Amino acid sequence: MIYDAAIIGAGVSGAFIARELSRYDIKIALLEKCNDPATGTSKANSGIVHSGFDAVPGTLKAKLNVKGTALMPKVCKELNVPFKQLGSLLAAFSDEEIKTLEMLKERGEKNGVEGLEIYDSKKLHELEPMVNESAVAALWAPSAGIVCPYELTIAATENAVENGAEFIRNFKVTSIEHDGSVFTVSSGENSVKAKYVINAAGVYCDEIAAMIGDNSIHTIVRKGEYMLCDKSAGKTVGRTIFQCPTKMGKGVLVTQTVDGNLLIGPSATDIDEKDNTDTTSDTLSAILEKAKKTVPTLTTRDVITSFAGLRAHLECDDFIIEKSSANDKFINVAGIESPGLSSAPAIGLYVADMIVSECGAKEKENFNPERKAPVRFRNMTNEERKALVEKNPAYGRIICRCETVTEGEIIDAIRAPAGARDVDGVKRRTRAGMGRCQGGFCGSKVVELLAKELGTEINEITKFGGDSKIIYERTK
Amino acid sequence: MIRNITCVTCPMGCSIAVEINEAGEIISITGNTCKRGETYAANEVTHPARSLATTVRVNGGVYNVVPCKSSDDLPKEKIFDCMKEINSARVDAPVKLGDILIENVCGTGINIIATNHCPAK
Amino acid sequence: MLNYDIVVVGGGPAGMAAAIKAKECGVDSILILERAETLGGILEQCIHTGFGLQYFGEQLSGPEYADRFIEQVNALEIEYKTDTMVLDITEDKTVYAVNKKDGMLEIKAKSVILAMGCRERPRGALNIAGTRASGIMTAGTAQKYVNIDGYMPGKKVVILGSGDIGLIMARRMTLEGAKVECVCELMPYSSGLTRNIVQCLEDFDIPLYLSTTVIDIHGKDRVTGVTIASVDENRKPIPGSERYIECDTLLLSVGLIPENELTKNIGIGLDRVTNGAVVDEYRQTDHEGIFACGNVLHVHDLVDFVTQESQIAGEGAAKYVKGEKSEPEYIFAKGIGAVRYIVPQKINIKNDGDVKLFFRVGSTFKNATVKVSYNGGEIISRKRPRLAPGEMENVTIKNSMLREFSEGGTIEITVEA
Repeated sequence: MIYDAAIIGAGVSGAFIARELSRYDIKIALLEKCNDPATGTSKANSGIVHSGFDAVPGTLKAKLNVKGTALMPKVCKELNVPFKQLGSLLAAFSDEEIKTLEMLKERGEKNGVEGLEIYDSKKLHELEPMVNESAVAALWAPSAGIVCPYELTIAATENAVENGAEFIRNFKVTSIEHDGSVFTVSSGENSVKAKYVINAAGVYCDEIAAMIGDNSIHTIVRKGEYMLCDKSAGKTVGRTIFQCPTKMGKGVLVTQTVDGNLLIGPSATDIDEKDNTDTTSDTLSAILEKAKKTVPTLTTRDVITSFAGLRAHLECDDFIIEKSSANDKFINVAGIESPGLSSAPAIGLYVADMIVSECGAKEKENFNPERKAPVRFRNMTNEERKALVEKNPAYGRIICRCETVTEGEIIDAIRAPAGARDVDGVKRRTRAGMGRCQGGFCGSKVVELLAKELGTEINEITKFGGDSKIIYERTK
Repeated sequence: MIRNITCVTCPMGCSIAVEINEAGEIISITGNTCKRGETYAANEVTHPARSLATTVRVNGGVYNVVPCKSSDDLPKEKIFDCMKEINSARVDAPVKLGDILIENVCGTGINIIATNHCPAK
Repeated sequence: MLNYDIVVVGGGPAGMAAAIKAKECGVDSILILERAETLGGILEQCIHTGFGLQYFGEQLSGPEYADRFIEQVNALEIEYKTDTMVLDITEDKTVYAVNKKDGMLEIKAKSVILAMGCRERPRGALNIAGTRASGIMTAGTAQKYVNIDGYMPGKKVVILGSGDIGLIMARRMTLEGAKVECVCELMPYSSGLTRNIVQCLEDFDIPLYLSTTVIDIHGKDRVTGVTIASVDENRKPIPGSERYIECDTLLLSVGLIPENELTKNIGIGLDRVTNGAVVDEYRQTDHEGIFACGNVLHVHDLVDFVTQESQIAGEGAAKYVKGEKSEPEYIFAKGIGAVRYIVPQKINIKNDGDVKLFFRVGSTFKNATVKVSYNGGEIISRKRPRLAPGEMENVTIKNSMLREFSEGGTIEITVEA
């Protein structure tokens, strides 16, 4: 079979490109090197939908950010992904920084961001009483919001698969050949053939492009470490609170997450390895110190876990979304760092348009933009729960105590289109293991359910694919 | 020569000093706070023994293994030999708490008994 | 809607002992709700012996200790539901729970006994740097894999934390053929029982490194090693003391936290040190008719004490249900200096029995004196050959003494070296 389009990378960009393309009557393969969608940059970032005042007017970042953010409420509704438009505040701590606020407000207005306002200290502290008293002003951006980045990516992937796209996991691209009309994209001994290739490989974009002789992309890998606090600290701030940006990025933020935790971070360190998501104790303490500038009461006591994510930064400081100079059927989607998540719905449209306008594919009549809402037992009323368990008793067995996740929800996550195959996949889809005990109690039960559903032994189950086995052979 | 021993009979963890002569005979025992401590210390010097708790593989049970323990303390140097014998044993479900799973493990005269129930699948 | 006199949340040693005692005190309508598939709680996976020495005068394994109570629950025909999760408890003692068989349950109780136990502190709380590789788990999770499921979580093991579960698992993994490289303890002393250090580590030549912690975890997919380092008196790693240890598994035994989410949702006041409810001598919380006992109240060293404490709570709940209570007049108990906490935190002086005060110290002592004072005046002085943070201590306040006290007074316990 020859696919019309092969998308390399099931991150948020690849997933939205797949979803937008799946509106059309074409064959799509979404290739992912790992065992699940959203395992790279899209797994570990701030989860902020930015209003769009950061990017320099005229850049792709500016254009796609504002458009993506505008699309986000509708997209999240269609995909049944929680989106909270809480707005953001960028705090200034000096007169110098107030000038930055004014500059960013002007920039935002040029980019088409609506509702930007500069609040004085009084108004800021009325809204956010926990913010440091030394903050003198803040830039209010009402269109900003928060979304769970991996949930959004997984939902977009599921929706694309439901509309006919094929999700191929554990497909690490090792070579790409072009015979003049068709690409052969290989992963070791396996290969797929496609007329168009879309390179949405995140920090690996440069290596993928180089496979067709395109050496124009040089990805700088920028690591960002985060700390996640318990839900009991979730209400410390009501909105996303930024500090003034630096040349390394948007700086350390303090925000609620859609799940009600509090997130602090990120750091920004350029590194050489593309798979180094180690956290370091020095960086984590530095983040906390910086975050304390925003909210002085933050303590390590509330921290339930820490993690690191990698962003693909480019020298030009803009997204590169264009046909490769080496082959005009090969589209690079490179440098998708912040505001990549906010831009994703617009990136999907933008890339789909590039292909569809050229190949003239027709829109499908039966495209279903809606991804069925997953059951969320913890968010239901007792009446709803009663009816649910009566219908299917699997929803009556709680597996994850901390997050109140039922057996039924875990089975759903495994059986879903592009469903979970490992413990982390279940965790990202259901939150099982994401609470305060971090899987201490439910981990082994999730392993059991995965083994049962996948028809394998429990010692075959991994944390995240590859050699990440949880347990070894039987004791006897 | 004096051997200092920490008693493991109960959670107190008394430090007991056992004085022994060149022939390895006990001359005195001091530091214990109860009779059991004295017995423990004497045994520890002459023939140390430990209780063993592990599991035995079950065929056809709701669990793969059933927990078990030695009916009495085993000679310390035979613990790993006993583990070998226990690990190669198989018992059929159902298993009841108190069932003798292995008789006379490693010729010690001590039995391995189930410490929980394992119903049949 | 179901109606019971007493609903017990949790069917481990605490919940069972409380329910049995309440039944013996004449309350017939009792329901135990247990989230696991069987009664017994964490004891089911604690297959080592050493339980029951205080209470039964015998060396029992965890499942055997539990079984004695399960037998009694059955003999006394106390109702229980397993695989049942309590979702919420309201202030008016309506308990919402769910299971596969009954679906959503709404149970109206006259009295509720909270016996949910505790959980292990996870890695995140420690903020250990390094990768997210698999092969990192709490000692208790590993214990379940080995003892219940019959699977090995790893072959070359480093254990962080010398709490009892960590020590027990060092021996258990060794017996099953794993190589335990070392046990690292951040503090200059182990929080485990001395007997466990001897019979779990020394017997197998497993090194215990005190004032040492894991500062980095290596490995992309599965753990390949950890970096350990000595720490100074402020528990900060000492530069230059780092050492790499090859391993495929890191087990964490770094503390237990009472599981008080339900308690907090009711609005019950908690003790900041124990992380459990503030209770009176019957283990009644600040919400009338709601009692707490076992590890959900404070983390115990021995299950025998859990049993004793839970019997007190069971008796208290029975008295409450039967209306045998007077207006209480409370005095308060307070730990001073090395005495980190006292349970119960308050005592009704109109109570007609003796009251045992349980406490823990924050550091080790040899030949120390435990002193109890009432409103500043010494009332009890007891010699103790040794006191350690890992072991619970207690002193008894005689009823004759209580009679002398007046409402609002304070009992203080101190330790003098």
